[in-house]
Amino acid sequence: MSMILTIATREFKSLFISPLAWTVLAILQCLLAYLFLTQVETFTLIQPKLAGIDGAPGLTDIIVTPLYGNAGIILLLVTPLLTMRLICEERRNKTLTLLLSAPISTVDIIIGKYLGSLGLLLLLVCLITLMPLSLLIGGELDMGKLFANFLALLLLVSAFTATGLFMSTVAGHPTIAAMGTFGILLLLWILDWSAGMKEQRSELFEYLSILRHFQNLQSGLISSVDISYFLLFTATFILLSIRSLDNDRLQK
Amino acid sequence: MANLITVDHLYRYYGKVCAVNDVGFTLEKGEVLGFLGPNGAGKTTTMQMLSGNLAPSSGQIIINGFDLLDQPNKAKRSLGYLPDTPPLYKELSVQEFLHYCAALQSIPKNAITHAINKTKERCGLMAVSHRLIANLSKGFQQRVGIAQAILHNPDVIILDEPTVGLDPIQIKEIRTLIRELGQDHGIILSTHILNEVQESCTHVQIIHQGRLILKESIAGLNEAMNTDSLHVTTRLAADKSLLLAISGINAIENITDHQLNIHYNTVNDPTRQIIETIIANGWELQELTPIKKSMEDVFIALTKDSQS
Repeated sequence: MSMILTIATREFKSLFISPLAWTVLAILQCLLAYLFLTQVETFTLIQPKLAGIDGAPGLTDIIVTPLYGNAGIILLLVTPLLTMRLICEERRNKTLTLLLSAPISTVDIIIGKYLGSLGLLLLLVCLITLMPLSLLIGGELDMGKLFANFLALLLLVSAFTATGLFMSTVAGHPTIAAMGTFGILLLLWILDWSAGMKEQRSELFEYLSILRHFQNLQSGLISSVDISYFLLFTATFILLSIRSLDNDRLQK
Repeated sequence: MANLITVDHLYRYYGKVCAVNDVGFTLEKGEVLGFLGPNGAGKTTTMQMLSGNLAPSSGQIIINGFDLLDQPNKAKRSLGYLPDTPPLYKELSVQEFLHYCAALQSIPKNAITHAINKTKERCGLMAVSHRLIANLSKGFQQRVGIAQAILHNPDVIILDEPTVGLDPIQIKEIRTLIRELGQDHGIILSTHILNEVQESCTHVQIIHQGRLILKESIAGLNEAMNTDSLHVTTRLAADKSLLLAISGINAIENITDHQLNIHYNTVNDPTRQIIETIIANGWELQELTPIKKSMEDVFIALTKDSQS
């Protein structure tokens, strides 16, 4: 256990030693702040009209849900870049040997690496959450829904990170790992689109789609189906990463 | 005394290529085992297997009483490994890096500072302790690599070509360090430089095309090399059969009619009789030079033997 923490801390710190983490945090915060402000603007414009309608969408629906939705898409692009180097770079720099010959198991290595990079994304999700929280100064929020969005985004990045970690374990070059992660994630993201066409509706595709589960959670409906989807997704890729790192020793 | 390392019938295949073929040896405390072989002989593969970085195709490795495959973490606890490329995080300073290694080796928190300071002193890293590894010279990086391997005071230290790329003074320092460490650890050292083995090892093991072809102590090896040679030049052609009759001479090869290489057994040095014979027969001795036989010759002879 302490080994996992050692590796996770080191991974987390190393992100902040290089400009990478800072750049990602700054740029994402700028982009999302811009989107957030446009959303606030829209709300103030249509607020008078909404006041007249019964059961109209509130502040949370109009501002928070789109904000987290956009964050999800942006993270789909960014996570592969953050995770691509996890194992791949260590292997290329031959520093993986240091971990493999130390008295720690591959499980420790993989989970440590995973938690380390998830730490940065957790920080990012928290920073994003500060924006809707700022609305509390002058308005009221549906805290339940905000929490659902927070949870949805967190589960989403957990799944993204696990995929990225696995690709980084498999790929020989960080760019390939990033491209592979991006490919898998985008495919799973858009898998649901064909479900729109009535004739070709596929329940399997619908179930596999990340987007579908993400949106379900975002709508405030925290169902065990969606949560277990994300947990299973994450666990699968972590297990695959462990397997693949173990395989490194068996054959080269 | 129990062996620190016991290796039994170790095989490793890369596809159909057999990189390590039935290698078996033991290492005891206080031994510095030189692992010698030409490039591609299987030295690094063997070391990777010993350090748990590579699973053997078959065979058994027992380190300090623990099977490396069954109880990897316990076995690896008594292991320090420096691979051929030192595994360094270049973005860290020497101090930070060693601290991380100490944590990886689960050195207790209160012992970390002491362990790091002691290791830095041993490897001469005190002056550079706060510099980034990326900015250090190759020699210093190599030393950080060694520091990483001995930090947790392991019983077994495996060094894969530790002196590659170092300047002569640094090589000397590292050899001294190795000899020092060898007193209370078991060390395996791989190299293709014979001289290095002669200087720092107590035992030598030669591997060629994946097979062990020699395992000897240095003293035993020197004894095994008990044939020596003389280079003799005479003005008139010498009669070989007369020389061969002298006891102790094993073989004579002609370079030209006037120049001979005489191989003899050191146990019973016939140099005196050779000179006397030459003078008595009036061949007129012009030159008599002992040919220094180095381990190089043994090495070449052994590797040639196994090829043919």
